[in-house]
Amino acid sequence: MLSRIVTLIIKELQMLLVDRSSRMILIMPVVLQLCLFPFAATLEVTNNTLAVFNEDDGSQSLELIKRFSKAQAFSELLPLYSELDIRQVLDNQQALIVIRFPADFSRNIAGGHSATIQALLDGRRSNSGQIALGYVQQMLLNYNNERLIEQKRSPPSLLITRNWFNPNLNYVRHIVPSLVAIITTISTLIVTALSVAREREQGTFDQLLVSPLTPGMIMIGKAIPAMLVAMTQATIILLAGIFIYQIPFVGSFMLLYLCMVFYVLALVGFGLLIASICATQQQAFLGVFSFVMPTILLSGFVSPVENMPLWLQYLDWINPLRHFIVIVKGIFLKDIDIPIILHNLWPLWVIAICTLSAANWKFRQHLG
Amino acid sequence: MSDALVILDAVQKIFPKAEKPALTNLSATLLPGRITGLVGPDGAGKTTLIRLMAGLLTPTSGTIRITGLDPIEDATPLRQIIGYMPQKFGLYEDLTVQENLELHADLRNVIGAERKVTFKRLLNFTDLTQFTTRLAGKLSGGMKQKLGLACALLGKPQLLLLDEPGVGVDPISRRELWKMVHDLIADGMTVVWSTAYLDEAELCQDVLLMNEGQLLFYGKPEDMTNRIRDRSFQIRNPSGSRRQVLERALRHPNVMDGVIQGHHVRLVLRKNTPLPDLLELEAGENAELVPVMPRFEDAFIEALGGGPGGDSVLAQRLQAIVGDDKTIIEAHHLTKLFGAFAATDQVNFAVKRGEIFGLLGPNGAGKSTTFRMMCGLLAPSSGTAQVLGIDLKKSASLARQQLGYMAQKFSLYGNLTVQQNLNFFSGVYGLKGHRQKAIVNDMIEVFKLQPFLTITPDTLPLGFKQRLALACAVMHEPPILFLDEPTSGVDPVTRREFWTHINGMVEKGVTVMVTTHFMDEAEYCDRIALVFRGKIIAAGTPDQLKSQVATPENPDPSMEDAFIALVQEQTDE
Repeated sequence: MLSRIVTLIIKELQMLLVDRSSRMILIMPVVLQLCLFPFAATLEVTNNTLAVFNEDDGSQSLELIKRFSKAQAFSELLPLYSELDIRQVLDNQQALIVIRFPADFSRNIAGGHSATIQALLDGRRSNSGQIALGYVQQMLLNYNNERLIEQKRSPPSLLITRNWFNPNLNYVRHIVPSLVAIITTISTLIVTALSVAREREQGTFDQLLVSPLTPGMIMIGKAIPAMLVAMTQATIILLAGIFIYQIPFVGSFMLLYLCMVFYVLALVGFGLLIASICATQQQAFLGVFSFVMPTILLSGFVSPVENMPLWLQYLDWINPLRHFIVIVKGIFLKDIDIPIILHNLWPLWVIAICTLSAANWKFRQHLG
Repeated sequence: MSDALVILDAVQKIFPKAEKPALTNLSATLLPGRITGLVGPDGAGKTTLIRLMAGLLTPTSGTIRITGLDPIEDATPLRQIIGYMPQKFGLYEDLTVQENLELHADLRNVIGAERKVTFKRLLNFTDLTQFTTRLAGKLSGGMKQKLGLACALLGKPQLLLLDEPGVGVDPISRRELWKMVHDLIADGMTVVWSTAYLDEAELCQDVLLMNEGQLLFYGKPEDMTNRIRDRSFQIRNPSGSRRQVLERALRHPNVMDGVIQGHHVRLVLRKNTPLPDLLELEAGENAELVPVMPRFEDAFIEALGGGPGGDSVLAQRLQAIVGDDKTIIEAHHLTKLFGAFAATDQVNFAVKRGEIFGLLGPNGAGKSTTFRMMCGLLAPSSGTAQVLGIDLKKSASLARQQLGYMAQKFSLYGNLTVQQNLNFFSGVYGLKGHRQKAIVNDMIEVFKLQPFLTITPDTLPLGFKQRLALACAVMHEPPILFLDEPTSGVDPVTRREFWTHINGMVEKGVTVMVTTHFMDEAEYCDRIALVFRGKIIAAGTPDQLKSQVATPENPDPSMEDAFIALVQEQTDE
């Protein structure tokens, strides 16, 4: 029994590693995503253009513009000369944000009145716009406070922000731990679903079914290699995160790998389920693709789960990535406690048990 | 020859990365108004040659001229005179018969009144008039071939290229196809008919016999067959096991080749050698040697250097299986429905220990469905399929350990090496340690796989692929063997060798169930069931089936004759 399963596992690993193209499928995504994702998928706003339409000719507006131009977020300052320009630069996405100083801006400040400025944002780039606006507001607040201090008046109470677990709001710290989860997702599904479909196409699946192997043994023979591949990939990303991207790993490796076992099992269940309803590799590939996209989009990696409509949040419960991403980030960055891990781990158990039994049932039924 | 339609001059085709050329130095001239057969096993280069003539491939060297034109450079004018029917029909399965014809007519620019006339003529010719609204995917294999032929005939080609039109088609449709082609050449068309069936070669006027890219023979098939004239004999009524008689005969120095034909044994002698003594062969008192008609296949075997001999090293190392001749495999009212369509319809049979039982029938007749139910790959809609009294689908891996299974396409792991395949399949059947090593090494020795151990089955020559598949199926010494179309496409020598192993194993008590669409291959079986449209229309020993249809005009019918007669009997009822 054991020796037969070992035979299956050896065969599966040979299939994965012998073939150049299947080797590439396992290695390339890890390398590429590891190189690209941390830089590309960032929500920080830098190197944008701020356009200014200054109708005021006083010193106050100039002072503010000078401050804007020093901000990292805005590498370029685009002066505008008419209202028409405003429409144009926003239309053409030449600037992310337009600041307009009214003609009486400096005069009002000099007179001790409150002065207004207008900020126009490009709604098509809502996220970046919001963030850019935040920078602008922060600069205005600093400016106000400095003026109050100059006038020997105490500024109103100050809000001081400190970001735990990621003090510099370094985006790489969000991306890399998530990558551990995402890449293992993709490769586990591909390894399981496609390898079964390939065996179907080649006819070797029949050969397995007429052998003394039971469907359960065949499934274990598919699950363990997938698990080994996923763990190896995860390890590579973890090491890269720690040594190349210099993200401190504060939790327990043991705990993380233990959780990963359950996560991969849940995925193997989905992969085998997809495989059990697909006859060809092409179908399996489409199946994996249409499963992976929503899985990642609804995982909380792209946008917080809490922002989704309630019904979708409930539905999203069956998404294993949603639970695992919390665990990975938690252990990696925060060293979260066991109870919190368990809270996110038991759904993975339930998903794994359900999908694996469904796949097993489907395989038996498919033969029938 | 100035009146030649096609001139092939030293044509060579080497595919990139291929070790051996697909076609080596082939020269021939095809005359108008004749059927030229491209004959050879899979991998002989038949399809490559046809595609070269159709202008779909460029030759690596050499020239091809069709009516003096080059298939690549003068593709446009040539398209008007070449009709091409590829192996997979080139039909759109989701279009009706009429729509398929229209599409091909549009492509060939057959329009207006001409189109109407042509359609009428072709539909009449192919007898498809009443099926014009049926989807092409829903046609039977034979009708698909006819529709494919009709599409290829649009635009009145002078040269018709048919790539394996007879494969897997039921014998009745196959005869009809041949009749159609004969009508076509009477009108002056030149037909190239490629085939892996050697009996079809005898129906051609000229034959290009090919093997592994080499041209072995070019000329009239009679000239080939005449090479072995007066050398074919049949041992009638041998007593005892005819398999052992064959084995002894093949050991005889004068015997070049031999096969089992029902209860008889057919032998081909070496050139200029006397008849072997029947006493020496222990064929029994009643046995007699009768001269029979030579066959094209015999000549092919000689061209390949003779048969493989009659000793199976594989069987020799097997332990004899003792036991009575009780029923091992049994189907009882076995039925499989796919929707309303009954792929297998109320099938009954029983196979005893040490028997070879064959399911014989064309593609799509329901052989494979029945076969898959027997080995537990498919659940019956009703009825039972039992092996050793157990339903394999429900059971027990213990029962499946008793089984060897070899599938049509030699299901091997294409990207693992030969050695890895052997290790894997032996491991799956629970062999391990020294025993595993010993058996794998035995297999390597028996099947002469040593030079191929580190390459993958995908790159193996077909014959070796088949050997490897057989090795993988029998390593655990199963007492029952399931073989699904085990010899499709391989050359006759490899086929002989395969059956030598099977015969040897049966002599040791192994029970074999086999499916085949080669009518003559059924002769190896102890009993066969003829499968047609999901039903078993007749069952019995090959001789019984043949004698059932013997008539004064045809006292010695072939298996194909028997099949056709029995199908017609069935449809007449």
